[in-house]
Amino acid sequence: MTAPFKTAEGHHPSDAVLLAHGAGSLGGALSVVVEAHLADCDRCRNRVAEVEALGGVLLDDVAPAPLNGDKLAALLDRLDDLAPEPVRTVAPVVPSALGLDGITLPPVLRDRLAALPKPRWQTVLPGVAQVVLEADDGHGANLRLLRVSPGLRLPDHGHSGVELSLVLSGGFSDAGGSFGPGDVSEMDPHSDHRPIADPGEDCICLIAVEGTVRFRGLVLGPLQRLLGGG
Amino acid sequence: MMVGAVIEDSKAELADHLRAVAETRDKSAFAALFAYYAPRVKGYLIRLGTPPAQAEDLAQDVMVAVWRKAELYDPAKAEPSTWVFTIARNLRIDALRRDRHTHVDLDAEGVPELPDHSPPADQRVADGQRATLVRKAMAGLPPDQADVVRRSFFLGQAHTEIAETLGLPLGTVKSRMRLAMAKIRTALGAAGFEETEMHGDAS
Repeated sequence: MTAPFKTAEGHHPSDAVLLAHGAGSLGGALSVVVEAHLADCDRCRNRVAEVEALGGVLLDDVAPAPLNGDKLAALLDRLDDLAPEPVRTVAPVVPSALGLDGITLPPVLRDRLAALPKPRWQTVLPGVAQVVLEADDGHGANLRLLRVSPGLRLPDHGHSGVELSLVLSGGFSDAGGSFGPGDVSEMDPHSDHRPIADPGEDCICLIAVEGTVRFRGLVLGPLQRLLGGG
Repeated sequence: MMVGAVIEDSKAELADHLRAVAETRDKSAFAALFAYYAPRVKGYLIRLGTPPAQAEDLAQDVMVAVWRKAELYDPAKAEPSTWVFTIARNLRIDALRRDRHTHVDLDAEGVPELPDHSPPADQRVADGQRATLVRKAMAGLPPDQADVVRRSFFLGQAHTEIAETLGLPLGTVKSRMRLAMAKIRTALGAAGFEETEMHGDAS
């Protein structure tokens, strides 16, 4: 893993997202993107640590709910059989078919990729491919890897929930600025953006989107055929 | 051994108990931790809408994780209650995922990985002070900011849901959260990073 390089410069998730993440109220897909960003960002790790410190204080002050029966005694009996936490020594194997060997991937992403049965890049549009990591996280969000060819503009699309994109390799630009590896682009519900992949290399991102992604205003032969029209 | 008794330990004692468990597998120290944390974790989970029976099971799972991970607890990185809170948070999330039969991040023995969000070494406030400062900051928040913080922790609502529930613009909710977090950060005297708002930073 590369050494953390993020300072306050660059693009980070909002405090609202970091608060939700630390409090455990962010959906699964969005959480994975945040966790992946945190692996390389001291600034945001510090903020999430502050949220967790808040959690600790709230836990101290919550009204205790007594447990029924003598749960402690039953547990004490089991404790001798419970070994200390084992330290994982084997790194998860990322499928080589994805061609990501040259990229430093955050641990949470390595885990997700290693768990996928036979992952492959699927072409979505000419020059745009994806690997779906999770179709629905239970909060109506999906998680995917997206690979966009250099210089390509993504079609105009909208979403009814939050979208978080973490750049893993290459970069893109949109109205919010220039995004490179480790940067997070956060889009509020119903906001539009039209990112353009930087020239020179593919742009590979980890993206979580809540709500439907609607492509509008773009006519493409293959896409029309995919959608069953024409 | 204090089976059945409710013990109100001071925070310093909680850290001592964790160390005793880590170093000598001390069961009476564990019993003290159980007496303090199990009812609080259960109470926290119930406030989040977990059915009481499941909340009780999860609270016990949290205490099992405390027993098994005690060696990993580092008092320089977090207060005991912060550490236990993160275990409870993670186990609750994993339980929700298990209920949906999706991939679960458990190791072979069933204890979840605990991502390390500890602040970098130069950001750490002295032991025991952190909680006091945070509690004071929380108490000093204006009601609208305290409300969005509580909803995040106790209603399990992200900012989008809070905005919907309260009928507020999303920007208003995000702003309240940013202000609340800034006050917590100020209270902790965080220094060292440039806190300038960069363009494109979605706050």
